[in-house]
Amino acid sequence: MLTVAALAGVMSLVSAPFASADNIFNISRNFAFIGLVALGQTAVIATGGIDLSVGSVMGLSGIVTGLVLGSGQPLVLAAAAGLGCAFLCGLTNGALVGYLRLSPFVVTLGMLSVARSLALVVSNNKMIHDFGPDERVVLALGGGRFLGLANPVWLLLVAALCAAAWFRYSRLARHVLAVGGNENSTRLAGVPVARVKLTVYVLSSLLAGVSAILMIGWLGAVTNALGQGYELRVIASAVIGGANLMGGEGGAFGAVAGAALIELIRNSLLLLGVDPYWQGAFVGGSIIVAMLVERVRRGSRTAG
Amino acid sequence: MLQLRSVGMQFGAVEALHSVDLDLAPGEVAGLMGDNGAGKSTLLKIVAGNFAPTSGEVRLDERAVELTPLSAREHGIEAVYQDLALCDNLSAAANVFLGRELSRRLLGVLPVLDHAAMRRRSAELFDELGSDTRPDDLVRRMSGGQRQAVAIARARLSSPRLMLLDEPTAAISVRQIAEVLELIRGLRERGVCVLLISHRMSDVFAVADRVVVLRRGRKVADKATTDSSPEEVTALITGAIEAA
Repeated sequence: MLTVAALAGVMSLVSAPFASADNIFNISRNFAFIGLVALGQTAVIATGGIDLSVGSVMGLSGIVTGLVLGSGQPLVLAAAAGLGCAFLCGLTNGALVGYLRLSPFVVTLGMLSVARSLALVVSNNKMIHDFGPDERVVLALGGGRFLGLANPVWLLLVAALCAAAWFRYSRLARHVLAVGGNENSTRLAGVPVARVKLTVYVLSSLLAGVSAILMIGWLGAVTNALGQGYELRVIASAVIGGANLMGGEGGAFGAVAGAALIELIRNSLLLLGVDPYWQGAFVGGSIIVAMLVERVRRGSRTAG
Repeated sequence: MLQLRSVGMQFGAVEALHSVDLDLAPGEVAGLMGDNGAGKSTLLKIVAGNFAPTSGEVRLDERAVELTPLSAREHGIEAVYQDLALCDNLSAAANVFLGRELSRRLLGVLPVLDHAAMRRRSAELFDELGSDTRPDDLVRRMSGGQRQAVAIARARLSSPRLMLLDEPTAAISVRQIAEVLELIRGLRERGVCVLLISHRMSDVFAVADRVVVLRRGRKVADKATTDSSPEEVTALITGAIEAA
């Protein structure tokens, strides 16, 4: 949070367009899509797992939603279809990781490839920009604004507040952190560990689906490349926000702050005229730096 | 209250337990002894419901039962494990209530964790144990004795009928060992049955009514501690005496 504020402060001094209402609006909307997915990712990481498939699940959900819309169905049905696909992806991930105890890294890496490929199959590699009779609703939902903030930002705020309350007050979230802390003892305590894991992977996928539906409304079209490479930014957001990849730690506001920070870095680089080719290096580098900072913090704590 | 009838446990080709019979009466403290790999932990995990025996049966109050960790708890069986099975990243109170969190209903509908009640109840339990553990402290930052207090407090939570203690005195100071032994005596006075696994002969002879010795998965002795001696038990453990 402090880092975000500090970077924003510096940027508003060195770059006039940075603090403009338009730019702030853009930044907040851009990280809303990532932040939403990062909330789910944080829960997965808190169990000691990881979900690499979120970007591809976004692609699949987006394409399916777009196709169903394009065939003339109402948004409710299309969203249900898109979220249904996301749900199935999450269910598969969660069942394999939770019940069959496969490695989350490998399972979700496989799903990354499967979901992206399915998006190609069902879309036949075509762009979908005809959203049928509900087109205006879709565009308004993802691209519109309310009281000066983009709709996705509102949704992110609501979701983050819910997630924060969930982390603090729900039994499931307590079990999520317990599984990440010591899976075996949590199992011995009678907590249904497999079910806890299943739930977080489903949540993660569903949030990716929601984000995708908003995103196609903002973009006004969907290709099967939607969300490509987003897994990195999502995981980076969660990790920068304090989720511990070893499990057992993570919070809602951290994930949002992490997403904001990454978007700020990207935006700042653009405004400062840095070649966009450098973005990957900075985003990737910031994950590594976040890990190093965490290591130093933890190191000094355990030494005491 | 607890009876094991010809209980055997096979892990692949390895026979961890061979036809073990055991009877525990309410308020009885039994010391379970044996060398590493003799089958003590396996036996404990069967009674705690973590393993289902591959042969024989577990009976509670004369009725055959199939135990899972949850059903064992419902039957009033609580285990405290050697590695204490705590989540380092959670607070003492969160660990005490792990899997049995207290909730209240927000606005009459939404179930939320009742942090205040869990904190209060854990503080009471730590008080009873005479431990200086604070409910909000993270287990990661605790001493061995404090961790033991958290694990025992967790087991005490449900006022169990049978407590399984796996090496409760292995990792703590001499003063704290005396406290744990005192606690075991207190459990017996309240009619709680205790199965105590220990390497420490002195602990078993200090608090146990009976000593049960396992060697290579077989029960080689089961007698009142007053009829036995540390020397005899040592001989039984090592195999210098076949059975007694």
